[in-house]
Amino acid sequence: MSVDLTTVKKIASLARLAMSDDDAQALVPELNGILHWVEQLGEVDVTGVEPMTAVIPNTLRLRDDIVTDGDVRDKVLANAPQAEHGFFTVPKVIE
Amino acid sequence: MSALTDLTVAEIRDGFRAGEFSAREVAEAFNANVSAAKALNAFIVETPEHALAAADQADKDRAAGSLKPLSGVPIGMKDLFCTTGVQTTAASQILEGFTPPYESTVSQKLWDAGAGMLGKLNLDQFAMGSSNETSYFGNVISPWRRGDGDNAALAPGGSSGGSSAAIAARLCPAATGTDTGGSIRQPAAFTGITGIKPTYGRCSRWGIIAFASSLDQAGPMAHSVRDCAIMLEAMAGFDPKDSTSLDLPVPLWEAGLSSDLRGKKVGIPKEYRVEGLDADVARVWDDGIAWLKDAGAEIVEVSLPHSKYALPAYYIIAPAEASSNLARYDGVRYGLRDLPDGANLQDMYAATRAAGFGPEVKRRIIIGTYVLSAGFYDAYYTQAQKVRTLMAQDFAKAFEGCDVILAPTTPSAAFALGENVDDPLKMYLNDVFAVPASLAGLPAMSVPGGLSKDGLPLGLQIIGPAFDEQAVLNAGLAIEERAGFKARPDKWW
Amino acid sequence: MTSYRIQGATGDWEVVIGLEVHAQVVSQSKLFSGAAASFGAEPNTQVSLVDAAMPGMLPVLNGECIRQAVRTGLAINGQINKWSRFDRKNYFYADLPQGYQISQLYHPLVGEGSLEIDADEKVGIAQDKVIGIERIHVEQDAGKLMHDQHPTRSYVDLNRSGVALMEIVSRPDMSSPAEAGAYLRKLRAILRYVGSCDGNMEEGSMRADVNVSVRKPGDELGTRTETKNVNSVRFVMQAIEQEAKRQVDVLEAGGKIVQETRLFNPDTGTTHSMRSKEDAHDYRYFPDPDLLPLVLEDSFIETCRESLPELPDAKRKRYVEALGLSDYNARVLTAEAETARWFERMLTASAAIQKKSEGDVAKAAANWLLSELYGALNRLGKTLEDSPVGPERGAELLALVADNTISGSIAKQVFEIMLETGDAPGKIVEERGLKQTTDTGAIEAVAAKVLADNADKVEQYRGGKEALFGFFVGQTMKAMQGKANPQMVNELLKKLLG
Repeated sequence: MSVDLTTVKKIASLARLAMSDDDAQALVPELNGILHWVEQLGEVDVTGVEPMTAVIPNTLRLRDDIVTDGDVRDKVLANAPQAEHGFFTVPKVIE
Repeated sequence: MSALTDLTVAEIRDGFRAGEFSAREVAEAFNANVSAAKALNAFIVETPEHALAAADQADKDRAAGSLKPLSGVPIGMKDLFCTTGVQTTAASQILEGFTPPYESTVSQKLWDAGAGMLGKLNLDQFAMGSSNETSYFGNVISPWRRGDGDNAALAPGGSSGGSSAAIAARLCPAATGTDTGGSIRQPAAFTGITGIKPTYGRCSRWGIIAFASSLDQAGPMAHSVRDCAIMLEAMAGFDPKDSTSLDLPVPLWEAGLSSDLRGKKVGIPKEYRVEGLDADVARVWDDGIAWLKDAGAEIVEVSLPHSKYALPAYYIIAPAEASSNLARYDGVRYGLRDLPDGANLQDMYAATRAAGFGPEVKRRIIIGTYVLSAGFYDAYYTQAQKVRTLMAQDFAKAFEGCDVILAPTTPSAAFALGENVDDPLKMYLNDVFAVPASLAGLPAMSVPGGLSKDGLPLGLQIIGPAFDEQAVLNAGLAIEERAGFKARPDKWW
Repeated sequence: MTSYRIQGATGDWEVVIGLEVHAQVVSQSKLFSGAAASFGAEPNTQVSLVDAAMPGMLPVLNGECIRQAVRTGLAINGQINKWSRFDRKNYFYADLPQGYQISQLYHPLVGEGSLEIDADEKVGIAQDKVIGIERIHVEQDAGKLMHDQHPTRSYVDLNRSGVALMEIVSRPDMSSPAEAGAYLRKLRAILRYVGSCDGNMEEGSMRADVNVSVRKPGDELGTRTETKNVNSVRFVMQAIEQEAKRQVDVLEAGGKIVQETRLFNPDTGTTHSMRSKEDAHDYRYFPDPDLLPLVLEDSFIETCRESLPELPDAKRKRYVEALGLSDYNARVLTAEAETARWFERMLTASAAIQKKSEGDVAKAAANWLLSELYGALNRLGKTLEDSPVGPERGAELLALVADNTISGSIAKQVFEIMLETGDAPGKIVEERGLKQTTDTGAIEAVAAKVLADNADKVEQYRGGKEALFGFFVGQTMKAMQGKANPQMVNELLKKLLG
């Protein structure tokens, strides 16, 4: 599988990375080199093999339903680029 | 350079306890080395006051007879660990100025153990890199230089390049690193120090800026195996805030250290003896085999048949997870916000992330986004996770016939800065020996094995079965005792 | 088969409807963080560092949310999957701090189940119908954006971010707005019976995404559109009708239906296309690497099953078979958990006071509740929850009628006074001397006087005008100020009249 400029631009958009056409174009051979290299994985016979779901066998712990957190608005907003009246603010969104 | 800064963690701890010097003297000595070493660019932020405060507390505790495991020991903290009130950046512009109102579990454990912080160590941006050339705050320069008078600036390895450079240059006796695909072991090998990545889940990931969740592990870097054992005991332990954390007691690794390997089997993976393997690397590997034999171990050949697929699998899984983990850096709640005139919300995201992330980070996000995208998920991601299962099975099978595996850490000694930046694939190949243990979640460490013909350090890697850091440390100790690695970089900074 | 059709210019069209309901789970804290999950707090005060997606934060699963989801799954006869997993759904929006939602795509907690909607001739549901449910999975809710607080900025409140949701996905088995409405009501009732969600659509704790497509009978399924976040049953039904009509118009004009997301506007009653949140809807789902697969023990599932209350269908069956109620009354009483609960408290009290079995007192209790009490509550604009007369008081009132202390008509008066004063019926009867007379001598005397005063009518009655009997009864009761036992009045008058 190989990518072209259109694909790179589409992926960049999906990943929210603004990119000039030149930068996107420069990525094309880089990505194709990497993708071509990783494609050798297709050689491996994976019949009957399950994808890994837990690196070290372990079960998911469930925690108790008690309120142990929150009420830290100052901390939550401390590094906000823009905040007002207890809210984060962003450019207005039209739905 | 004061003699205090030549001491290991164990020597500082024990000497301080014995009353040979005060903690403050130690902190001041290292602080002085740190501030005199800006040419290395190992630190993003220096925190001499933090080290002094911990030292003063240690001196008080000593007087009161209530010492802690690391009282008197100042360390460096990789700038991937969130530290309360101290800038934490992951070496990225997108987090420049970010001051966490919280402390990572691992760093908190170290402070609770009495250690002090000399500063936040530079790294590859978001832990993505093998040479510390992707940091927004500039390259870290290795304190090592080639022996032939060549003054080329060398890479200290990555992503924990600031950690390895600082330890090798005696700016700190130990530091934290993180290892996702070799980022503790490879820089340790390049700079002639020791570093261990524990079993996945051994150290909590809470408060460590995530790169690839199923691979990231914190670990110590220092001058010796004993130092790593001491540090790891302080860093490890179950954390209920991390769902992947291992609920197991922390073994007393330091007390369990023994370089007597009689009755032990050391496996040599035949697939790692690749064609064209660097002659120095091969030589040091053979030396390692001889040393372990000398320590009483039986050497056996093992096979890890899927080894060659480890790197490609890693370069699908890690970028995929990273592309999702880094989605939160969007300029809304913290970090950089780039809001061009007339930009809407989605424009703000795209502009912020384009401005804030470096090229390697963007490259991996693009790869990760691509391999997860519709139509490609099964071919890439699912396939890679299946290959990962096969790799884990390879190791499990190999460990039926041996107790630890010995291999080189890297395919070469340190290269010059700028040598590999134009070829990402060539850079990725640096991790060829390190990545398999990451994919399988197994404990793995690098100890210095010798020097290349250029006079640069080469490392030996020991990989052990899950939960058996002790076996790994012990084999490492056996090598350390016999390698007699005393080489140090000549101070040019 | 339903008979609901959209009449188009080229013929009749069938409507195919599927509903995805997002139901907020009743729990103290959120799905993956320890912050509170309640409604209405100051902005960003119920937000942990995990909810704010600060660097290095990690999710930890709340067991109660899983317990509630399993209980809900059991209540709809769903397949409980002992192994399930969480996946990340990746997209960028300001109400989604992580840049992904933790959900379950590939392996949900609950597999196939169903629920039954009741026949309702009045709205075209000819018979009881089973609606299939494809799955229930657990996922995080998003935060809230406010767009009307500032001319150029939107405000972000993350209090709701991370609250647990159950997504309940129906099969596209509904064929009319009425069926969809019935399904939603039944689902809501089940959720409230189980106690896993309060079903409050106005507050947003239950929301529906409505999938609608149309086709000519016998044709393949058409392209569907999704109308998101509709927050009332009435709006859902309206949205379906509007959207189906719109689609028919498009198709009959030769156009194609675009698979898209739409929003319902309650003011205009129509749907409009939404600007897409995420181009190409490529969510790049993959298993969340910060979590491990969820494995449930059989014992856990059994404990969940044992904790379920009697569910509406079973309760309705019991009311009919064991208590002798009519099917209609049983349906009304079991439609809401609160109603059934109120009724059962009254039933228990009635049986106790009257020393009879519940089966013996049920009919009277049901009738009184559904006509007398509901009539009064409607008049007063109150609900059962804030009824001035409680179930135990209602039982006392009925007991006074059952043991002939007061007549049915006096009981109505007493009830009015109970509503006003909140007093116990026994007290009211005592204080106002409303006890029914059973003194045959007294009644006979009054009856005799009535007959004597109306000799002409007595003549007519004896002459064949049987209807006048009611007149004599009425006059006697009036003379006794309603406090005579009607049955006795009847008997004595019959005796006197010969």
